[in-house]
Amino acid sequence: MDPVGEERFALRLEHLTVRYGDGCALCLAERAQAARARQSGNRCPRCGTVWAARDVSLKVREGEILGVVGESGSGKSTLTQALYLDIDPAGGAYYLSSYERGERDVFTVSPQQRKYVRGQLLGMVYQNPHLGLRMRFSASANVAEKLLAAGSRHVGFMMERTNALLAHMEVPVSRVKEPPRYFSGGMQQRVQIAKAVANNPPVLLLDEVTTGLDLSVQARVLDLVKSVQRDFGVTMIVVSHDLAVVRMLADRTVVMLNGQIVEEGITDQIMEDPQHVYTQTLVNSLLL
Amino acid sequence: MLSVEKLSKEFIIHTRRGIRIPGFANVSFEVTAGSLLAVTGPSGIGKSSLLKCIYRTYLPTEGRILYEAQNGETVDLAAAGDWEVLALRRSEIGYVSQFFHVMPRVSMMDILTEPLTARGLEKEEARERAARMLSRAGLGQTLWEMYPATFSGGEKQRLNILRAIITKPRFLLLDEPTASLDSGYKSRIMDMILELKGEGTAMIGVFHDRDALAVLSDARYDFEGQQPLGGVTGALGECIR
Ligand SMILES: Nc1ncnc2c1ncn2[C@@H]1O[C@H](COP(=O)(O)OP(=O)(O)O)[C@@H](O)[C@H]1O
Ligand SMILES: [Mg+2]
Ligand SMILES: [Zn+2]
Repeated sequence: MDPVGEERFALRLEHLTVRYGDGCALCLAERAQAARARQSGNRCPRCGTVWAARDVSLKVREGEILGVVGESGSGKSTLTQALYLDIDPAGGAYYLSSYERGERDVFTVSPQQRKYVRGQLLGMVYQNPHLGLRMRFSASANVAEKLLAAGSRHVGFMMERTNALLAHMEVPVSRVKEPPRYFSGGMQQRVQIAKAVANNPPVLLLDEVTTGLDLSVQARVLDLVKSVQRDFGVTMIVVSHDLAVVRMLADRTVVMLNGQIVEEGITDQIMEDPQHVYTQTLVNSLLL
Repeated sequence: MLSVEKLSKEFIIHTRRGIRIPGFANVSFEVTAGSLLAVTGPSGIGKSSLLKCIYRTYLPTEGRILYEAQNGETVDLAAAGDWEVLALRRSEIGYVSQFFHVMPRVSMMDILTEPLTARGLEKEEARERAARMLSRAGLGQTLWEMYPATFSGGEKQRLNILRAIITKPRFLLLDEPTASLDSGYKSRIMDMILELKGEGTAMIGVFHDRDALAVLSDARYDFEGQQPLGGVTGALGECIR
């Protein structure tokens, strides 16, 4: 039942490694399990190289929401940035079902193709709105820019689509001409989400989308994310240090520690019956 | 439809020097289509843990949970992959939790129509079915567009049950579904559960109250006796010690 054909994966990441530093004989030779067992963080004790992601593999089904949790510094943003092709990994392969039928490693494509993948096949909501938005352009210009980059040239269509997207994300019509720097954090995230889904990408990446927002604003942004998944049918990777966020959104969850995945499972199983000592600690801290 | 074989659950708490906490051990029983197996025993004995293992909110430690799926294939829910379990939850296995977690800012009507439209039903049809069920369960029209966060315990619990049965699952797990209901609503909800059972749904239930146990159950697994006891539908004497 439920064929596990590769074509049903929206995204496949194999053995992603990102490091800051050149590595040395000790850490380059070290296997992932050994590094995990060492339990002394992600920094090589001899050469100081930081292994921000080490041997990270993921499969995400079409339409699925995958949660990624872990404390600050565990490699979550590194992972999302690698998936959005923001950084060059030291190793690994990455396949998208929407690109060459999932047969071509997206990490190795030409700069031009990379631009196409980022513009059309992926959407990204950054933890820091300054990375995702041009703060001095209007909200609608931010969204229109994305459409323009995808080759849209019809001004009427662009205006209409831009306004519809911002309205969908509950950015008041009266404010779409204002630059996001005047917006609250929650409103900035709404503009980022509108921009991220503008070209109907099959995969949407969200890094700490609610972090730093007031609790009541958080709840509304989470509702919005859920409705975006429903209305756009998009596959999502939701990254958060906050288990509660992932619990509310994700079908499955992976737990990161020191740049590696230590546990993965159905979200309610991760929350209610965590197997790894680190996940148990995380869940306990949530219950306190 | 479901056959549980020598199922055990033990929790290993790594944060407390790896101590082991027993959940339950060596549970075996079968559930057939159109019948309800009641799981009984004192509180803390492992009834909810058993249900959670079958739904795979908990990972069983040992044993098998053989489920005969709609498509005729047999799946061991204790060992199946996450995606397979999620797919079954989406299409045919339902669960009513003892405690209801409400989504903030989703209306009662949307909570009920969402699983239907996700299965391809037209929005209008979904609304009609939801409206019929809400009325039957005594949840009046004034509540339909409200967020359940503010509802009473009984209202939330009725909604919780409706959400699980509105899709007519083939297999349903019920953990104290009638616990916080007063008697008028309880009998309405029990009627709806009986109706679903009549349509062929296999069920496993935990009930704290004897009425519900007597009316709903066809067979019983008693944790203290450690063996499945056959029973006759609705026959009070057969079901209660
Ligand atoms: N540009 C960089 N140079 C050196 N180390 C970095 C750089 N970016 C991230 N790191 C390190 O990589 C690790 C993972 O960081 P990050 O992916 O930001 O974690 P998270 O998003 O989970 O908080 C951390 O140890 C961090 O200090
Ligand atoms: Mg981060
Ligand atoms: Zn080194």
